[in-house]
Amino acid sequence: MLSREEYHSGVKEAWCPGCGNFGILNAEKKALVELQLAPEKILIVSGIGQAGKFPHYLRCNFFNGLHGRALPVALAAKLANPELTVIVHNGDGDCYGEGGNHLIHTIRRNPDITCIVHNNKVYGLTKGQASPTSDKGFKTKVQPYGVIHEPLNPLALAISLDCSFVARGYVGDLQFLAELIKAGIQHKGFALIDILQPCPTFNRVNTFRWYEERVYHLEEDREFDPKNQLKAFHKALEWGERIPLGVFYLHPKPTMEEQIPALAAGPLYRQKIKPSKVLDIMEELSASSSSFG
Amino acid sequence: MNKELTIKIGGEAGQGLVTIGTVLSNLFSRGGWYVFASQDYESRIRGGHNIYQMRIADHPIWAMSERLDVLVALDRETLRLHFSELHDKSVVIYDGEKIQAAPPGGKAKLISLPMDRIARECGDPILANTVAVAATVGLFGYGLGYLEEYLRRVFGKKGDRVLKENIQAAQRGYEEAERICQREGEACPFKLCPLDVPAKILLSGNEGVALGALAAGCKFYSGYPMTPSTNILTYMASKADQFGVVVEQAEDEIAAINMVIGASFAGARAMTATSGGGFDLMTEGLSLAGMTETPIVIVLGQRPGPATGLPTRTEQAELRYAIHASHGEFPRLVLAPGTPEQGFYLTAHAFNQAEKYQIPVIILTDQYLADSYFTLDRPLDLQKITIDRYLLSDDELSRMSDEYRRYALTSSGISPRAIPGQSRHLVMADSDEHDEFGHIIEDRQTRSRQVAKRMKKEQMMEQDILPPNIYGHLKAKNMIICWGSTWGVAHEAMTRLHDEGKDVAMLHFTQVWPFPSRQVRDVLKDRDELICIENNASGQMASLIREKTGLAVDQKILQADGRPFSVQYLFETIQEVIG
Repeated sequence: MLSREEYHSGVKEAWCPGCGNFGILNAEKKALVELQLAPEKILIVSGIGQAGKFPHYLRCNFFNGLHGRALPVALAAKLANPELTVIVHNGDGDCYGEGGNHLIHTIRRNPDITCIVHNNKVYGLTKGQASPTSDKGFKTKVQPYGVIHEPLNPLALAISLDCSFVARGYVGDLQFLAELIKAGIQHKGFALIDILQPCPTFNRVNTFRWYEERVYHLEEDREFDPKNQLKAFHKALEWGERIPLGVFYLHPKPTMEEQIPALAAGPLYRQKIKPSKVLDIMEELSASSSSFG
Repeated sequence: MNKELTIKIGGEAGQGLVTIGTVLSNLFSRGGWYVFASQDYESRIRGGHNIYQMRIADHPIWAMSERLDVLVALDRETLRLHFSELHDKSVVIYDGEKIQAAPPGGKAKLISLPMDRIARECGDPILANTVAVAATVGLFGYGLGYLEEYLRRVFGKKGDRVLKENIQAAQRGYEEAERICQREGEACPFKLCPLDVPAKILLSGNEGVALGALAAGCKFYSGYPMTPSTNILTYMASKADQFGVVVEQAEDEIAAINMVIGASFAGARAMTATSGGGFDLMTEGLSLAGMTETPIVIVLGQRPGPATGLPTRTEQAELRYAIHASHGEFPRLVLAPGTPEQGFYLTAHAFNQAEKYQIPVIILTDQYLADSYFTLDRPLDLQKITIDRYLLSDDELSRMSDEYRRYALTSSGISPRAIPGQSRHLVMADSDEHDEFGHIIEDRQTRSRQVAKRMKKEQMMEQDILPPNIYGHLKAKNMIICWGSTWGVAHEAMTRLHDEGKDVAMLHFTQVWPFPSRQVRDVLKDRDELICIENNASGQMASLIREKTGLAVDQKILQADGRPFSVQYLFETIQEVIG
């Protein structure tokens, strides 16, 4: 029986007091305990930013890579060893800005990876610039008259790409968040979980109080069906007075790794290397002189 | 019978000249001839002017000749552009019914053959390619056996009708060529027959590298299409099932290299291939591999830059770039094969070295080597391939009582490597500076220790250094210096000079980094002339030799027009230098 302590890394967190990341860390530990996933079976891949530090504070295998590049690393690690539970932690600038192209194409591939985005709608590590999800009018030292661009809507983007699991959590609602993370990990396929979190240092607009006044659970809407892509998309556009939380879209489908013949023989690193097969190619070549035939 | 012959096939892209060229190459190598075949093509799918050229000889050859014996002209442009290259005995094959304007008479023998009409009469205009191949071998009296065998192998599975039409087209083309030869007596002065020796094998540079990767157990390949490395991606995909390789087309080169790093971290031998522009995007990931000490192999197929440059042509201008690319300091290995065979062995070596030292390894090729077909002198020898993964075994890990430290400080700088999920030990890697466990640090002592640890590996790599090879007379006063793809052309030029009594030898680099400074200094000191041959504008190897050995390379033969050197040009230019 794995206890919560099994996931403590002992490394002191380098986040600001009151940072929403503490909530995500707590919720994820809770989810892992409930799933009884051994630390050595978990691989967390992260980018750079406040979210990038996440795996240092949770005992497991990890690869803390580059800003925006967590997804390609995670995808290939999953393909090399599908037995690993692969979880990605990245921020809004990380995943939706620098790594936007990787997000689009990893969704299309549908590997069994849970992608958790710490969305505080601001750049924390570089001290307060607008992020792709900052609302219009959000003022920073770089955007002194307020952001003039449309914010990126990660849920609508993912649903439009037929992402197999799309959800939104909120760090002020830990029990619910832990359930979402658990569902995301259990889901076979690519799961995007966008987590709303206040940044007490650089985002004075989207505070705990601001969110508390707006968030509600999708389940409250009895009509809502997460299997309906159009309804899910419609719901994903809801922002402002009311902000829905929960699973927006669910479309179970074959994962990438299930569709690759080479993986039928088990994890790549356990497969025997057979150089002698080059001899077969040499034989084919001497029968035809070159591979053109 | 002739000992050597050069054939050029010219036409627009999409006319089938590559098909004609490759089939002819096949027929000759099946018949035991040495073949060297290269393409000169424009960056377009239809139209333009493209050339497929092949040199055929009864002795080993590794470069193109400037002599043009047989020109197969599929369009009028080919006649116009290449007529001046012909000599008195050259033969031009063209379809006089299709290409109306006959070329100016004079030095070459013109043979008009109604390829298009014969093809139509046999049932399909597309058969013109088969007619052209048959007519060409018909002029030499090469026999139809190999062509028929080839057609059966390729079209046999496409149904009786297609095969029958092709065989008929081949026979008609062959007979027509024979008839012309008989009617006009000495119409074709070239005679070639299949040799009484085993069939030869053709291999391109890209195929050599890809086969080396497969032999070495590359289990993950990801890449973004870019000339001249695209066909490594295609080749790996075509062999993926046979060798159990995961092949993924990435959304960009940034993703490609990060995927390769992720796969390697999780225990799979992994490779990517690109060209200069794609490598630009990979430099961030290259640095990540250096910092996280993740073994990866990158093939950098050079083409002329800057920017898009000449996308389908050749250059060697990324030597310095491959050595220095990326932010920060970390050890790396850069290899530069000169032939597909060297590409095979060096790529397998690259995987072992990458895992031994936990470093990125770059294999530097170029369009000329990547796309050209060389005749293998002997079959690839798998006995020479070893697979050394330098990983902690399951046993070692189960006996390890302490917590595993991915970046443990050791006397060699190499930390024993484990795979995540392999055991109860956790594997933690970080692009930030890190402690022995892999956790982020900021303090100067840990930073200094980790920097020293990484750089120490470079010293240890000295023991595996591949010194440049000397060809020809060891004590020669004049030394030709070259690296990578110029091996063949330089070797032939050197041999010819030597045959003419010149005191000249050749030094060829297959490892350009870490630079074999000591060995190079020993070999190059006390020579009269050092002549560096490079397909670039600045003489990057010459300057590297100066930097690393203090020896000045005064004579540089440089060419940056996007084309490979010719033997004749090198022969004449070197002769001028050494007098």
